[in-house]
Amino acid sequence: MSWRSCPPSVAVEMADVRLLSAPFDPAGEIAAFTKAHPQAGGIASFIGQVRASADDSAVELLELRHYDPLTLPAMQALAQETLRRWALEGLLIVHRSGQMAAGDPIVLVAAASRHRREAFAAADYAMDKLKSQSWFWKRERTGGEWRWIEPRTEDFDDLARWG
Amino acid sequence: MSLKLVFLGRLEDAAGVAEREVPFAPALRDVLAGLDSELSEALSGARIKLAVNGKLVAGHDLPMLADGDELAFLPPVSGG
Repeated sequence: MSWRSCPPSVAVEMADVRLLSAPFDPAGEIAAFTKAHPQAGGIASFIGQVRASADDSAVELLELRHYDPLTLPAMQALAQETLRRWALEGLLIVHRSGQMAAGDPIVLVAAASRHRREAFAAADYAMDKLKSQSWFWKRERTGGEWRWIEPRTEDFDDLARWG
Repeated sequence: MSLKLVFLGRLEDAAGVAEREVPFAPALRDVLAGLDSELSEALSGARIKLAVNGKLVAGHDLPMLADGDELAFLPPVSGG
């Protein structure tokens, strides 16, 4: 039985969407997600982490801000949109807020499906949307100075791929 | 009678605070007129979106404000 034949309440449970203010362990999350979806033939995942340097300067801290009334509800809506678009067995979206250091995970997306294409595409799609359309604001501290990071034009080009 | 203004992203730097209370005014333009002109200009930028009580409002569809409303000014996002 594919997700298409499930009632909407079941589709909601297929998505695990979390906004975290504390560090998380992507490997542990992927292991648990994989175990929870034994019927899936493939899991595709993406981990975004704080890069060590920006414009040749060491990144001392990265901070993500969010706005409670919008951020998590929009992530949940994105998950539902992703589930409608591809035949998935499950979808995991974990996103950090708050301050992080180089190497800390920021975001994890994992998609489980019967066959690999859907899993790759769904994870790719969810990441493009998270980068360019989710309610997060990011700033980096390099050389003791905080700097807000605006979206890159590439992020919008990436988004345009999905129509 | 007051309104709560919330400044996200770089607008927090422009405002100097993440949020502040201002005296109530029924229309957004009156709220903006009560702020210093540099901040008011930053909040009026074409790429700034507005949410009232956690709901996004379209640029041409501004509601009349009520006492206690929360107005969030949202610059372009950058997640992931």
